[in-house]
Amino acid sequence: MNFEFTEEQLMIKQAARDFAVRELLPDVLERDASSRFPARQMKMLAELGFFGMCVDPKYDGGGMDNISYVLALEEFAKIDASAAVVLAVHNSLACYGIEHYANEEQKQRFLPALARGEKIGAFLLSEPEAGSDATSQKTTAEDKGDYYLINGTKNWITSADNAGTYIVIAQTDREKKHKGINAFILDRHSPGISLGPHEDKMGMRSSDTHSVMFTDVKVPKENRIGEDGFGFSFAMKLLDGGRIGIAAQAIGIAGGAFDLALKYSKERKAFGTEICNHQAIAFKLAEMAVKLENGRNLVLKSAWLKDNGLQYGLQSAMAKQYCADSAMEITTEAVQIHGGYGYVKEYHVERLMREAKVTQIYEGTSEIQKIVISRTILKD
Amino acid sequence: MKILVCIGNVPDTTTKIRFDAEMKNLDTNGVQWVINPWDELALTRALEIKEQSAGKIEKVSVINIGKVDAEQTIRKALAIGADDAFRVDADPTDPYFIAAQIAEVAKAQNYEIIFSGIESSDFNGAAVGSMVAELLDLPSVSAVSSFEFNDGNIVLKREIDGGKETVSVQAPFVAIVQKGISINPRIPAMRGIMMARTKPINVSAPVAVDSLVEAKTFDVPAPKAACKMVDAEDTDKLIELLHGEAKVL
Repeated sequence: MNFEFTEEQLMIKQAARDFAVRELLPDVLERDASSRFPARQMKMLAELGFFGMCVDPKYDGGGMDNISYVLALEEFAKIDASAAVVLAVHNSLACYGIEHYANEEQKQRFLPALARGEKIGAFLLSEPEAGSDATSQKTTAEDKGDYYLINGTKNWITSADNAGTYIVIAQTDREKKHKGINAFILDRHSPGISLGPHEDKMGMRSSDTHSVMFTDVKVPKENRIGEDGFGFSFAMKLLDGGRIGIAAQAIGIAGGAFDLALKYSKERKAFGTEICNHQAIAFKLAEMAVKLENGRNLVLKSAWLKDNGLQYGLQSAMAKQYCADSAMEITTEAVQIHGGYGYVKEYHVERLMREAKVTQIYEGTSEIQKIVISRTILKD
Repeated sequence: MKILVCIGNVPDTTTKIRFDAEMKNLDTNGVQWVINPWDELALTRALEIKEQSAGKIEKVSVINIGKVDAEQTIRKALAIGADDAFRVDADPTDPYFIAAQIAEVAKAQNYEIIFSGIESSDFNGAAVGSMVAELLDLPSVSAVSSFEFNDGNIVLKREIDGGKETVSVQAPFVAIVQKGISINPRIPAMRGIMMARTKPINVSAPVAVDSLVEAKTFDVPAPKAACKMVDAEDTDKLIELLHGEAKVL
């Protein structure tokens, strides 16, 4: 047992922290208000190698471990959850999915541009009537011999407009149910793809979310990931890992709100003393700190399991559910500690509270995580 | 041409500074160590110059006088982009001892440009750079806030009272740099962090030099006194406090 970080992991955490404070913080409120994508910052993050940080260096990645990855995501999310979600989807779903499940030719074709951050990745699974219930896919990929024809609509797609590479899940053979689903890699600008309007969201406003419509989109057969019918299994495997990234993001949002609340509680006076000296506030801070520590440990353990090639599906579901729910509680209390100031945008905690909410929803709601957890513990 | 950047290993600038009971040694428990901020800016500029020099600057190295625990800081300098590093295995005591070690390495390795931060953010000695120049009998330019290297012509700007002075200098020389030499320290990239794993840190034993100065004790500033609030209308009370307690009237 060793809870110590390596020199390198700490260096990456600090690099992410320095970047977030220097480059993301100055315009985070303005980007939240105007729903503006952090294009300049994303370019810089690409140059620093955060876009393919876990990808093998032979595909132009950074070759870092998942511990480093979650530490970096947490630091970004403390300041800017939108930037963190773009990186989480890109790394956990697009890069990881292609690196671990695509064939060599596909890796050569798609992975280096993603790892260098020249193209952002998006994962298209959710539909108007199918989220975690992925077998209810209505988007079809009709087998036309040497190509597939994709038709249908995907919803709530993170980075839909800013992405260059899509991973799309679609139904090829409805009769085979989940074994009739396929996954494809395709260019976002393929003919027949159109986007719905930018969703006007509660939080994560600086990352773009759209519905994506497919009308007779031709995808060559060599763009299918794995054997025919591998798509469902592929999506489930990816989401197991994706949850670690979202859990890290959630605990980052919570940590950002906690840091602000802690600082404020030592400055603001009421009834003749700093409010942290009132037990009502001190106990809130203590409870928040315990949740943060628990959440971080769950995230780190999931990442450690993944780094060591061990099963991590159960722990990542626990991490996602616990961190997301804790993030909601911690950010809500951070607003409460700030009182009236907390309700004002300038103090950041109301934004963090809005950002926290979606972590209980996307990449599997907290309820879905409990299904995964309960089914796993009841299996034996 | 080769550049040597002197880097100090100092407590993070947000560290709460504590000393042992005798007030003689820094309590290093829980201290996070970083590259001295001025040195980090100097390194950033040195790397920019190298990248723009079309091969004329062949190498940027860093040097630190410290024990093995300083290697984390050295490794960060390598991750930022320094090509290699020297660590003279000794506790950095007084400025003269440190300067003598740097001078020894710089001379043996033929460095033509030596960068030193204007001071260290911990002990604020502001002496090492000038001493290195003196020991090597090199010109030294102090308070450098701009460094341009065009086709081998070196133009420096110095901060002077109320303005700037532009100077030119021929290598070899020592530049003692301050804020402005670069805007922000460079953030290490993943590739740099990965490459730092295999970059060499050359460790050598110190040359025998006596320390000239020994720190006896340290004093920390008295804690801030509590703020007294006075009613805006109550000027008598304000005058009484300023006169009787603060003793400024």
